[in-house]
Amino acid sequence: MSDHNYTPSSKFGKWFNDRLPLLTLANHLTDYPTPKNLNYWWTFGGILTFCLITQIITGLVLAMHYIAHADLAFSSVEHIMRDVNYGWLIRYIHANGASMFFLAVYIHIFRSLFYGSYKAPREIIWILGIMIYLLMMAAAFMGYVLPWGQMSFWGATVITNLFSAIPLVGESITTWLWGGYSVDNPTLTRFFTLHYLIPFLILGLVVLHIWALHVPGNNNPVGIDIQKPSKDTVPFHPYIVIKDLFALLLFMIVFAFFVFYSPNILGHADNYIEANPLVTPAHIVPEWYLLPFYAILRSIPDKLLGVVAMLSAIFILAALPWLDTSKVRSAVFRPLYKQFYWILVIDVLILGYVGAMPAEGLYLLIARVATAYYFLHFLLILPVLGKIEKTTPLPLSITSPVLGGSADLAMAKNIDVRKEKL
Amino acid sequence: MQRIFKILFSLLILNINFANSISAENTSKLLTTDWSFKGPFGKFDRASLQRGYQVYNEVCASCHSLKYVSYRNLSEKGGPEFSVKEAKAIAASFEVTDGPNQDGEMFTRPAKLSDKFAMPYSNEEEAKSANGGAYPPDMSVLVKARAGGADYIYSVLLGYVDPPENIKLDDGVYYNKYMYGNKIKMPKQLSDGLVEYSDGTNATEEQMAKDVVSFLMWTAEPHLEQRHKTGFRAIVYLIILTVLVYFSMKKIWSRVETNV
Repeated sequence: MSDHNYTPSSKFGKWFNDRLPLLTLANHLTDYPTPKNLNYWWTFGGILTFCLITQIITGLVLAMHYIAHADLAFSSVEHIMRDVNYGWLIRYIHANGASMFFLAVYIHIFRSLFYGSYKAPREIIWILGIMIYLLMMAAAFMGYVLPWGQMSFWGATVITNLFSAIPLVGESITTWLWGGYSVDNPTLTRFFTLHYLIPFLILGLVVLHIWALHVPGNNNPVGIDIQKPSKDTVPFHPYIVIKDLFALLLFMIVFAFFVFYSPNILGHADNYIEANPLVTPAHIVPEWYLLPFYAILRSIPDKLLGVVAMLSAIFILAALPWLDTSKVRSAVFRPLYKQFYWILVIDVLILGYVGAMPAEGLYLLIARVATAYYFLHFLLILPVLGKIEKTTPLPLSITSPVLGGSADLAMAKNIDVRKEKL
Repeated sequence: MQRIFKILFSLLILNINFANSISAENTSKLLTTDWSFKGPFGKFDRASLQRGYQVYNEVCASCHSLKYVSYRNLSEKGGPEFSVKEAKAIAASFEVTDGPNQDGEMFTRPAKLSDKFAMPYSNEEEAKSANGGAYPPDMSVLVKARAGGADYIYSVLLGYVDPPENIKLDDGVYYNKYMYGNKIKMPKQLSDGLVEYSDGTNATEEQMAKDVVSFLMWTAEPHLEQRHKTGFRAIVYLIILTVLVYFSMKKIWSRVETNV
């Protein structure tokens, strides 16, 4: 990459840069060659960065007014909503921001699945991404506990109780997590501490995620490597910056609609009832973004196996670069994979739907079929598909959309180019 | 580009339907009325909020607390907007416990603007024992704490009907068409002419229910008007900015042979 030869023009700049190459970094970030054929699905990386920063800033302000105590948490949230200047706005941005964050991350993940962005040489980016996603779920779950409403309390009870499924030591682990014999004040205070910590861990992982991305560079909609940087790429600034900004603004409009006109629609009404250990809500449901995994958990009759299945559903994603045996990245050139991709999308949506429904009768049956299919997709369909699928010819470069040879030939070319680079 | 719009929009709709389908497990379709606070430009009807306060004060307040609401809120912008004088007079008509004084004794005094609404019972146990074992919930955020929101509370207030023949009710339990499980320990409260509105509005059952639910919507969401107003400005601003950025983007990308 060209930025290795960068020298700042001013004398002070040079002096500083020799000691801490921040200017080299800034130069790299502005000049970073980006495939010019990226579509709008690629703007969600920037949107996610915005989401993370928004959550951290609004969260910081909320933490100034929030009191992490079982007797005071609920009323301190009401204090924020009523008496703190623009407290209602900050809290609604934070609460809906979590949903927006997950909406964006799901689009980001499914973009990666469609265009094969997880494949060599981008496996580490993908795994870092899965780690970020896991931490996001932990942060979101703990954040939902903090207002200490009925869903907070009972959601925390259900989720922490999952650990009791571990043989022999399960009960002790649950007690240890709670800091007592039930979800109570010690649980709340530690959740608050962790909820404050995790976003900064995520921030660190995001830096690594972007760093790892900048080594091979972006994947792109046709999924082939850059042939000639001068022809196939544009510098990150201003081209990608302005495009990301445009997409971000559209996203913010949707975000604003939720915050200002239906701030509570994604939450559960029961969470405006203060936590009461003696009254169990009729249905305990997690937030919408956790529903698919909740459906998987409940579809297995055995508690331990249910937990194992739920965790496997997430961790299986980390193995995806090796489960998908196809050499072609983009689904555009994989007619069969494209269809299975959309079936998977529908499958996950179905899981989300049944996750919100009571686990009985037809819903339970649907949840079981959908869970089985989810694992089938990753463990059987993907490995086999890569071997048997006949892919359509790949273009020779991302700027020549006209087909120029068979898929295998183009792949071979790609490999040659990569070797040359090395 | 259009596709993204479509997809984002359908996700939005999906989410909303989803949330509704989860909450719509009620037995009967809820009653509704022409709420002035609904919609992006919704505002409270001051007169209705003031009447609603009267209904709360004369009917509900003997059992239901409003522990997160202060008397000063009554004169604040975006609420019932009583004058400060009126709000002070309202506050002064209640006694609150204060103290300890210099002798170490608790004492009662008339409430001030800075005080929270006086509680009907001194604790939850007292509230329960006075109400046949059922705790009359605090109503500060009640509208947000029930799926169906304002419509639900409105429906419950007007939903007292004779029970179907196959349902037997215990003493002190009443049948309500809209209540979850249809059984409620609160007897029917509203009847035509129960309160006398000072502004001459005819105090029908529906009118009182509408007024008090509007009032409760305000106690649950005191900054609703400000939210709607700020939201409108924020979204108009975002749309203008988006259009400007769109044209800048088109201009910048016109240097490259690719479509944005």
